[in-house]
Amino acid sequence: MRALTKKLWRELWQMRGQALAIALVILSGVAIFVMSLSTLDSLYLTRQSYYQEYRFAELFAELKRAPNGLQARIRDLPGVDQVETRVVALVKLDLPGFADPVTGKLVSLPDRGEPLQNRLYLRHGRLVAPGRNNEVVVNEAFANLHGLAPGDSLAAIINGKRQTLTIVGIALSPEYIYQLAPGATVPDFKRFAILWMARTPLESAYDMQGAFNDVLLRLAHGADRETVITRLDRLLERYGGRGAYARKDQVSHHFLNEELRQLRTLATAFPVIFFSVAAFLLNIVISRIIALQREEIASLKAFGYSNLAIGLHYIQLVLVIVAFGVAGGLLCGVWLGQGLSEIYIGFYRFPYLQYVLQPGVMLSAALISVVVAVLGTLYAIRRAALMPPAQAMRPEPPAVYRAALVERLGLQRWLSQPTRMITRNIERRPLKSALSMLGIAAACGVMMVGNFQGDAIDYMVDVQFNRSQREDIALSFTEPTSKRALYSLRTLPGVEYVEGARTVPVRIRFENRSYRTVIYGSEPDSQLSRVLDSELRPVVLPDEGVVINDHLGRTLGVRPGDQIILEVLEGSRPIKPVVVAAIAKQYLGMGAYMQRRALNRLMQEGDVISGAYLAVDSDYQDRIYAELRDMPRVVGTRVRSIAVKNFYAILAETILFFTFITTVLGATIAFGVVYNTARIALAERGHELASLRVLGFSRGEIAYILLGELALLTLVAIPLGFLVGRGLCAYLVARLQTDLYRVPLVLEPDTYAFAALVVLLSATVSGVMIWRQLGRLDLLAVLKTRE
Amino acid sequence: MSADKPAISPVGTENQVVFSARGLTKIYQMGEVQVHALRGVDLDLYAGELVVMLGPSGSGKSTLLNILGGLDTASAGQVRYRDQDLTTASDRALTEYRRYHVGFVFQFYNLIASLTALENVAVVTEIADQPMRAADALALVGLSERENHFPAQLSGGEQQRVAIARAIAKNPEVLLCDEPTGALDSATGILVLEALERVNRELGTTTAIITHNAGIAAMADRVFQLADGRITRVRVNAEKLAPNTLSW
Repeated sequence: MRALTKKLWRELWQMRGQALAIALVILSGVAIFVMSLSTLDSLYLTRQSYYQEYRFAELFAELKRAPNGLQARIRDLPGVDQVETRVVALVKLDLPGFADPVTGKLVSLPDRGEPLQNRLYLRHGRLVAPGRNNEVVVNEAFANLHGLAPGDSLAAIINGKRQTLTIVGIALSPEYIYQLAPGATVPDFKRFAILWMARTPLESAYDMQGAFNDVLLRLAHGADRETVITRLDRLLERYGGRGAYARKDQVSHHFLNEELRQLRTLATAFPVIFFSVAAFLLNIVISRIIALQREEIASLKAFGYSNLAIGLHYIQLVLVIVAFGVAGGLLCGVWLGQGLSEIYIGFYRFPYLQYVLQPGVMLSAALISVVVAVLGTLYAIRRAALMPPAQAMRPEPPAVYRAALVERLGLQRWLSQPTRMITRNIERRPLKSALSMLGIAAACGVMMVGNFQGDAIDYMVDVQFNRSQREDIALSFTEPTSKRALYSLRTLPGVEYVEGARTVPVRIRFENRSYRTVIYGSEPDSQLSRVLDSELRPVVLPDEGVVINDHLGRTLGVRPGDQIILEVLEGSRPIKPVVVAAIAKQYLGMGAYMQRRALNRLMQEGDVISGAYLAVDSDYQDRIYAELRDMPRVVGTRVRSIAVKNFYAILAETILFFTFITTVLGATIAFGVVYNTARIALAERGHELASLRVLGFSRGEIAYILLGELALLTLVAIPLGFLVGRGLCAYLVARLQTDLYRVPLVLEPDTYAFAALVVLLSATVSGVMIWRQLGRLDLLAVLKTRE
Repeated sequence: MSADKPAISPVGTENQVVFSARGLTKIYQMGEVQVHALRGVDLDLYAGELVVMLGPSGSGKSTLLNILGGLDTASAGQVRYRDQDLTTASDRALTEYRRYHVGFVFQFYNLIASLTALENVAVVTEIADQPMRAADALALVGLSERENHFPAQLSGGEQQRVAIARAIAKNPEVLLCDEPTGALDSATGILVLEALERVNRELGTTTAIITHNAGIAAMADRVFQLADGRITRVRVNAEKLAPNTLSW
């Protein structure tokens, strides 16, 4: 082994504590990077193969009712490759021992064989058998949560009649990866079921013999999607078509896209933040380590080593540290990535996971680390190498100190000599001090990013479910109905207050943009369904015009006063221009709001409602659920308290898990920065401190000089870190907006306190370690050698 | 006064000029102070001779040695090594020059703490053109027994002899020593000087030793006296004394 190589390994061993701290920082950055991107890649790959293998349809259309004969005419439309018609209906389910209202979606399967599109992935059991009228296949999530297995049965209220269904299979479908019940803002796997049933019994239960109300299409290669949609809409118009749509508007696909987009933000933003902090640190630490080797570099130059050879030597030193960090980071990243992918796969109800770690991801992680480290090294070496060796070997001229600002302000008589050393030292090298502070501040900021969302989510829930949607129960009717239906609800025991509501599915168009959503029509002075402005004050719904949700407004590029086009997707499907009266602040969903009477006029109908909001006495809750279940006209029931619980649950599984890991890794970074700052300060000033010891200073007194400076820097860095953290959180919040929900920027004192605590704890631990090293200062060496 | 046109060629047999400096000037910026380290030095050094440069602290002798060795550059004037102009040489050329032609011995040894005595010598032999074996270089300074010791396990004199072994191991044409005995007691210092004398005698290496210790001057072929950045006197020793007869 060459002498320089030996030097490298021995010195690496000597600085193992510091090397480990640096390697840990790199490890954290690489692990986050690999975890995030491999999870993302795996989800996309899994979805793609699932869609392909289980033939997820390309176009979808719902309608009121059309004769089977129409199927051939749809198939003949240019651009259509394959047509499948189905019967789909909503149903109320009754599970023994489970009082909450449960809604099901009955989807027909061909009497024989597998469907052509949206095939089922059978987890257990079998598909329905011909001639058995009461057999169903149940979606896996629902079955698992209720402990249902093939052979079990459940009761359904189909068209008002109670019917017992036997479960023969448990399955998953590419159509219901993300399951959102009609009208719900949050998925609820326990209270919303998908049931697949044979076509013939389903037709007869819903008076749909020889007819269908749902169409799936696959397009011919090269067909224009929009043209096919237009033609299909024209064909289905007289059969009560609700407007065909492509995958991007299909509920499951759309929200899955939104979730994956959000995950992509997390998966890219977090590594960027982490790598920036890690790179920054690496740079500081390495350039200081090399600055300390100034004399050795000069000696090597004196022997005739070229700048290149010296540069390579130190780069090797750095690369060994980086290699440990990258290797550890890749291992942790893959391990965490598999774990995280499993969680998401479960959450999104994919039947299987295809975990991929693309070589590109690994290479990028390694490359970024290496480039960052080498750049930092080269910069430091350049500074050391540019100096003529004779000058580098000479003791540094006494640094130019002067009285510090606090002293010039006339405070010097309050400052002891050691305190003056602290303040003057900080002031003498302001850049170095600033960099140390910035490093600690960055670590503090990263801690906040990992932690702030808890506060934000509490705030969202408060705004959405306590101030805006204040009803206890929201229910929807099978058909729009007279307002008189409210009377029977009011008489139910335990119901305290009832309001009617009219909701209408629409497509909103503005300029060249459009969005499928729902208009909620409520009473102008509604107590239960309030629309809030940006100051969270209730907005009085105007007599004319529509109020739209702020995120929908941004998506469409709409401002108050603009005229939008409403394409109603039910009934006679009127298309009307409407003025946007105001923008409402909402953290969930993509709703639009009108006065119910105005909506009735737009629909050219009388005093009609399609649902109701109820305030109830919680003691009567279960009785009310049972009553509602038996009302044939009531099809969907949403309970606010359950929605809140579900909301927490989905966030806990996605964002919160992610942020938990980043918190742990953020803490690693925080410790890495603080410890290295202290360690380098010791190396730079060991000689001076040992000299003071020789002069009779105690260990405590010299520790005060060194650690006092560190403490001062840390204390100033923490508020700075709060600003950094706030900025990072604001950046994330802006990027995390989805159609499903928007996380507001809310930072509670506990988030600040936690970040500060981690930094202080890191500083304390570092301080203790430095204290022990101060005890081992070699006093005699100071007397013998020059500095 | 200058050392221009020396009357006598010191060794006699080889009369080649190795170093030739004219009007050499060096100004340092030390913090907020300007230091005139050299104020126009003229000098010639011949192949194979051993010279001692004497002078008090701050007389400019270290600066002169550093410029001769390519460790520093002059602010003005010219210095040549054989036919190579060191004043205008690039960093790369100076590196080559140091690598193949010059051996250095520093007052504070400048050994690499993480390498053993043998490895400290090997650091140089590994990049030299036609080096001697590292172990032979150590033997030459009488340290064969100690070759696997780390600097921290060696006495000051031993460390300085390792530094000399390191400097001569590449078979340099010139050996430049900056206060080689400055940090040593006189008995140890004599061991170090003996090693230098032996190298000069056996290998014919042109050797320049700077010191503020006038007692050492008696072992030189020529003695340059420096003061205040100038050469004030040049003396030729008719008879060189052996190091072990010196005392201070």
